[in-house]
Amino acid sequence: MNFWLELLLKLALILAVMLPGALVVIFGELKISAHMQSRIGPYFAGGRYGWAQPLADGLKFMQKEDLVPAAADSMVFRLAPYIVLMGTLATYVIIPFGPDLVVENLDLGLFYLLAVSSLTTLGVLMAGWSSGNKYSMIGGLRAAAQLIAYELPLVLAAVAVAVQAGTLSLNGIVASQAETVFTIGGFDVALPFVLKGQIIGFLIFVTAGLAELSRIPFDMPIAESELTMGYLTEYSGLRFTMFFLGEYAGMVAMAAIVSTLFLGGYYLPFVDADLLNVVGPLVLVAKVGLMCFLFIWIRWTFPRLREDQLQTLAWRWLIPAALVNIMLTGIAKVVL
Amino acid sequence: MSLTDWLSTPENWVFLVIALPMLAAAVKLVTTTNVVHAALYLVVTLAASAAVLLLLGAEFVAWTVVLVSIGAVVVLFLFGIMITRAPMGREATLSHPRSVKLAAAAVSFALFALIGGAAVDAFTSQPLTEPADATRTGALGEVLFTRFVIPFEVVSVLLLAALIGGIVLARRDPGETAGGGL
Repeated sequence: MNFWLELLLKLALILAVMLPGALVVIFGELKISAHMQSRIGPYFAGGRYGWAQPLADGLKFMQKEDLVPAAADSMVFRLAPYIVLMGTLATYVIIPFGPDLVVENLDLGLFYLLAVSSLTTLGVLMAGWSSGNKYSMIGGLRAAAQLIAYELPLVLAAVAVAVQAGTLSLNGIVASQAETVFTIGGFDVALPFVLKGQIIGFLIFVTAGLAELSRIPFDMPIAESELTMGYLTEYSGLRFTMFFLGEYAGMVAMAAIVSTLFLGGYYLPFVDADLLNVVGPLVLVAKVGLMCFLFIWIRWTFPRLREDQLQTLAWRWLIPAALVNIMLTGIAKVVL
Repeated sequence: MSLTDWLSTPENWVFLVIALPMLAAAVKLVTTTNVVHAALYLVVTLAASAAVLLLLGAEFVAWTVVLVSIGAVVVLFLFGIMITRAPMGREATLSHPRSVKLAAAAVSFALFALIGGAAVDAFTSQPLTEPADATRTGALGEVLFTRFVIPFEVVSVLLLAALIGGIVLARRDPGETAGGGL
């Protein structure tokens, strides 16, 4: 196939996965939070369950005015949402939905993932500084401090998985979770990494992932009650929608990465490798849904951490634990 | 090789598309009067250099540039600028005295001549003829941990020393009074 045509199709495919994914998670958050805290969720938009609420919200945002404050640095202010959304979208490139259903199976997939996701920090800092507003500025600084602090445990937890799998390619990581560990009565049993000794890594990765997404209990950067909306304060209309979509698309991406690294990704036991290309996406979507539910559950259950508690958790607990985890994984890899 | 030959190769067009904005961003980086804009132009320059590395098939080095230089170094630059005396909005903050400009230009050209000359001198006999294949990361890791293991360890120890130095400088002992610093 023509290279450019293929490229265009793949890019369209990423958008076709990302947009509905984000909308479904937004709707899920509206309904689940309504049930968890006995508050009234959407009822009417679109009929049953108010399923069209996210679409209606999107339309509402789109027809709002795109304001740029007078004190803002307008070029940087306008660019920031694109950088944030770009960093999130780029992670979708390497998420495998099946043995052959991946946009690009990069040899150093995990490394690429960490590299592109660091762009988000840049966009958030740009948004915070360029708004010309104290709340935005403090929000941007808090966000940067938090993202820097939690990037380390995230990377280190992923390193342990890469060591155990012996590869950086996400397809390779899933494949090594599909290997037979033991056999019971003729059935080959394969275990995901979370059951093969990466339980500490999994907990660290999920915690750090929540902090990277700036979700409660790690939502210091946007803390409405003290910073209005942090670095998002001055944004409106379509640009706010981009941040909003980026946040939920990032949540889906993070859930997909957790599923791929620790929960076996698209792999389902006792299913033929050819059939996995059909069943795989469904399996991955189910795992992503489970992880997203967990994220939402945590958000509506825990209170917000204080800034010093947040930094203490990262530097004093998560990073040392992740380093010990790498050491143990390395020893196990050599000995076993 | 004539110019028309050079232009008939698609890779060279891609190179131009990357390199011209890179040059423009590099010039803006040193001429802008806003220190935050300078850091952002540095991001564009580094991103373009990562793209050039990708074009040469050095995938790992390219993503390292993105992860370390953009994701860590520039973010810390920006963080440092903003946490100290962030000029919010469009305020111009940098001045360029004539003598400084001249000295900077002289140093830059000398450095350019030195590095460019050394690179041309060293590699002119072995040009990349074919569109380069991506270097496998595994092979790179093997070389790093066998042939270059001593430089690798030396750099690790150096970084550790820098880390400890940073902590010693930043730390305030319990007995010290809370003056001076933040």
